[in-house]
Amino acid sequence: MSILLIIKIVIILIIFIITLVAAMYSTYMERKVAAGIQDRIGPDRAGPWGIFQPLADGGKMFFKEDFIPGKSEKWLFILAPGLAMFTACMTGAIIPWGGTLTLFGETFNLQIANIDIGILYIMGFVSIGVYGIMIGGWASNNKYSLYGAVRASSQMISYELAMGLAILAVVMTTGSLNLGDIVEAQKGGQWNVFYQPLAFLLFIVCAFAECNRAPFDMAECESELIGGYHTEYSSMKLGFFLFAEYINMFISSAVISVLFFGGYNFPFMHDLGLSANAITFIGVAVFFAKILFFIFFFMWVRWTLPRFRYDQLMQLGWKALIPLAIINLMVTGGWLMFKDDLWAMISKMF
Amino acid sequence: MLGYLFYILSGLTILTAILMIAARNPVHSVLYLIATFFMVSGQYLLMNAQFLFVVNIIVYAGAIMVLFLFVLMLLNLNKETEPQKSMKTKLAGVIAGGLLLITLLGALIKSNTNSENLPITDIGLVKNLGRVLFTDFVVPFEISSILFLSAMVGAILVGKRHNGETEVISE
Repeated sequence: MSILLIIKIVIILIIFIITLVAAMYSTYMERKVAAGIQDRIGPDRAGPWGIFQPLADGGKMFFKEDFIPGKSEKWLFILAPGLAMFTACMTGAIIPWGGTLTLFGETFNLQIANIDIGILYIMGFVSIGVYGIMIGGWASNNKYSLYGAVRASSQMISYELAMGLAILAVVMTTGSLNLGDIVEAQKGGQWNVFYQPLAFLLFIVCAFAECNRAPFDMAECESELIGGYHTEYSSMKLGFFLFAEYINMFISSAVISVLFFGGYNFPFMHDLGLSANAITFIGVAVFFAKILFFIFFFMWVRWTLPRFRYDQLMQLGWKALIPLAIINLMVTGGWLMFKDDLWAMISKMF
Repeated sequence: MLGYLFYILSGLTILTAILMIAARNPVHSVLYLIATFFMVSGQYLLMNAQFLFVVNIIVYAGAIMVLFLFVLMLLNLNKETEPQKSMKTKLAGVIAGGLLLITLLGALIKSNTNSENLPITDIGLVKNLGRVLFTDFVVPFEISSILFLSAMVGAILVGKRHNGETEVISE
């Protein structure tokens, strides 16, 4: 077995573990952030500052009674949480977590697969991610669950469009779908957020909707639908659904950092006189700091803004976000096409 | 190695396609169809057509099938409400399907492309495909996009509320 293959397997394992641990501690962070915003202390019993709370939660989930409703579709009912978890975990495969690392005489990327279709792969998994919710909601044979599932699917389809159009503007400025190329193009502080502020705004709004996070958590809005698609779920099956949401949040934070905030790039990275490996390690740390900030942002919004009404959600998606995204796309295209002429004209004037 | 993968994928494609037809429950049918789309996407990947692979998943498995499932879930079909076709319709369906099968078989038996040993090219990568679409095939490409636009306008026209109809606030 070649050393490259072993290194790849190690990277896959590490990224898988990091994804799970990050999602686990996001639940802790969510409770702490909520507590902070609501002027409470939050969980503090399990371990110092309550840092073992996620383990206690997980243990509780496993020991709860695993109940399958009598008139449900048994196999689909079991399949749904697994599907939600699977699609959530798969998206981490193409995120460039860091630059290149040289070990044992081999140079390799800190990325599982550097594929050509890059961002489209993520869009693909986002678009099939809704099946976990839909199948779960339908298989429960419960009206509230079905309502949650139907809401989730229409919401996801609506916001996928605006999300895709927002990404396209970034792809146009970079000229590549490959996430590695998109990060490399943002070297030296040339973050896409400065060039595509509107695309960033649209993308982050759509990310909230795609993750089913407040203020767009229509699929599980408890005041109308009890628990939405996971009303009938208990034990670790429920845990999987909730966990998948946190993984999705982690991955969307990573994608936001990659697309708009330079990924693992940080200012003055080549002026410090450090070795390539050291820069890579600092880059990974910086990338995770960016991800942490966006996870915090997700939580901040959740505990600040009230939930939208469903028709408002649809109006925002179809009548505000999509037209804005199309305008942004056209302006970007026009700028890319005529910027040279424009510069020539301006320099002639002065 | 890839040859085996081709046969495994083909077998699974046919299996899921048959299960899709045989399933009594329409929702199960749609789920099998989604599985079939995934298998077909896998075949695209074997031919190194990455763009086609991902677009097939995003558009067919991800968007169109979600809408199918959405409508079926809203209709909530079950055994009692399942429309019963008469014997005549069933017979007509079998004959029409059989004729299509014979035509396809006739067309494919004569062709001697060995689909297993197609040369792996780079034409399916995004950059190459985009270049070909916007140079050699730009006219058909633009015409098909106009076709899509007219279909969209048509759908909006069909779905539009006519004068006199009261507004229904849909959930």
